Amino acid sequence: MNQQPRKTYDAGVKDYRATYWEPDYSVKETDILACFKVIPQDGVSREEAAAAVAAESSTGTWTTVWTDLLTDLDYYKGRAYRIEDVPGSDDAFYAFIAYPMDLFEEGSVVNVFTSIVGNVFGFKAVRSLRLEDVRFPIWFVMSCFGPPHGIQVERDKMDKYGRPLLGCTIKPKLGLSAKNYGRAVYEVLRGGLDFSKDDENVNSQPFMRWRDRFLFCQEAIEKAEAETGERKGHYLNVTAPTVEEMFKRAEFAKEIGTPIIMSDYLTIGWAAHNSLSKWCRDNGLLLHVHRAMHAVMDRNPNHGINFRVLAKLLRLLGGDHLHSGTVVGKLEGDREATLGWIDLLRDRHVKEDRARGIFFDQDWGGMPGVFPVASGGIHVWHMPALVAIFGNDSVLQFGGGTLGHPWGNAAGAAANRVALEACVQARNEGRELEKEGKDILTEAARHSPELKAAMETWKEIKFEFDTVDKLDVQHR
Amino acid sequence: MMTVQDYPSRLSDPASRKLGTFSYLPEMTKDQIRKQVEWIVQNGWNPGIEHIEPKFAKSNYWYMWKLPMFGETDVDAILAELDECHDANPGHHVRLLGYNNFTQSQGANMVVYRGTAV
Repeated sequence: MNQQPRKTYDAGVKDYRATYWEPDYSVKETDILACFKVIPQDGVSREEAAAAVAAESSTGTWTTVWTDLLTDLDYYKGRAYRIEDVPGSDDAFYAFIAYPMDLFEEGSVVNVFTSIVGNVFGFKAVRSLRLEDVRFPIWFVMSCFGPPHGIQVERDKMDKYGRPLLGCTIKPKLGLSAKNYGRAVYEVLRGGLDFSKDDENVNSQPFMRWRDRFLFCQEAIEKAEAETGERKGHYLNVTAPTVEEMFKRAEFAKEIGTPIIMSDYLTIGWAAHNSLSKWCRDNGLLLHVHRAMHAVMDRNPNHGINFRVLAKLLRLLGGDHLHSGTVVGKLEGDREATLGWIDLLRDRHVKEDRARGIFFDQDWGGMPGVFPVASGGIHVWHMPALVAIFGNDSVLQFGGGTLGHPWGNAAGAAANRVALEACVQARNEGRELEKEGKDILTEAARHSPELKAAMETWKEIKFEFDTVDKLDVQHR
Repeated sequence: MMTVQDYPSRLSDPASRKLGTFSYLPEMTKDQIRKQVEWIVQNGWNPGIEHIEPKFAKSNYWYMWKLPMFGETDVDAILAELDECHDANPGHHVRLLGYNNFTQSQGANMVVYRGTAV
């Protein structure tokens, strides 16, 4: 016998809070949890706004419909279960929402986000809305695909241990012929970098078609490997206008024996990226992931999606490297927040830590980790701080900081490699990198004219703009 | 204006071959090696030693010297094994590893005695 109270159809508009605000709800381990930063319209209470977000991101619509009664929405509806003040803001509050597991397709990041950052972001009752964090329950994590290889496997495949990996984006980003481009790749690899990288917008333009680029870059890799005795790679960008074209390029990359390819997971689309990631595991190619368009979503502190969430969903979709900000270079990045999401990319368990913007415990189960990539406006003088901030499991990428060396790419690469190894050696010896950085580099430069020249070239360059997307802290 | 210098790496010059982490720095002194051994011990990693004839250095699998020293925390004992391996295999590259059994990876891996380049 069904012991549930009988419900009857009562047409009309009800307050969202009557159905979707449940402050007594105790969160289930199977729930997907989300924390939104909400600024409601004037006259809308916090409870009503939070409930509206829960409703519009799950089962609700603006009016009661008779077909609601053909099911039991308690199994499907999102519930706003907690409201908190946002430090330093009078308008905004955090709304915590729990979504039951029945709401989502297993293994589908696309499905989860179509719900929780769907129509609700244009909803009139809220002035602005930002998704700050999502807790993915372990059942969902393990139903997703995850990184094609992960940090440990990449270290074994590339034979690189005990230090961060070094890369470089080839510049000018557009306009080089394939052969000249391959020359730049060869020079940085022979100089001591592990990887070089296609710029995100290098696809297959008339000045350099993809096939020519792939072939010249592969020759550069092979020559540099023979010369240095070390394993090398160039992230061949397979981002393309169609999925068929993307796979055509990926297949060719495999055919010529290259170790790593790259994709831009936001512009190429998550479904396409997920397919590529699976292909990479099946075919043994590493996958570097760029994040063009992220700042459109994550930079406004009041509206959009925090990068923390975009990083977590990339780990679920799959990628072996992800650009994560540098803290010290030319691009946006709050230090504590960056430390938070690089842990979310790499670690097995990450604890709630509001000081780093992490709102939930996150268990990744057996899912491998992703290398965070620091790239953009960095050079040898940043090396001590980068090694201290990012630790070993990271890729440090110096574009201008390699290619802009007065003696050319190979010397620039050697300067970076010497600086990196000197910092790692000093750290292992117990020295404090951020305090003693200058001494450590100066000592290393005594054995490396390339590093000495680099230190003289970039001494004065600093990027000292204030961060726009700061963590919410009491700042008044 | 600095004079541009050539980067002296050559296919034909065996000295151009590199050997992973720390191979772009000068060879470590005894004291520097000791500090790296201490780092491995501090991290709770298991020290291991491998060696190879330089012409086969590209292989994933170098010869393992005995077995990894599971649970060994005596820095002098580890240094003595390194020397013993080096003495028994003149001309070989000898590397020191720190096996991290939690990550199933190597937390440290560095060549401490460089063999004769070929």
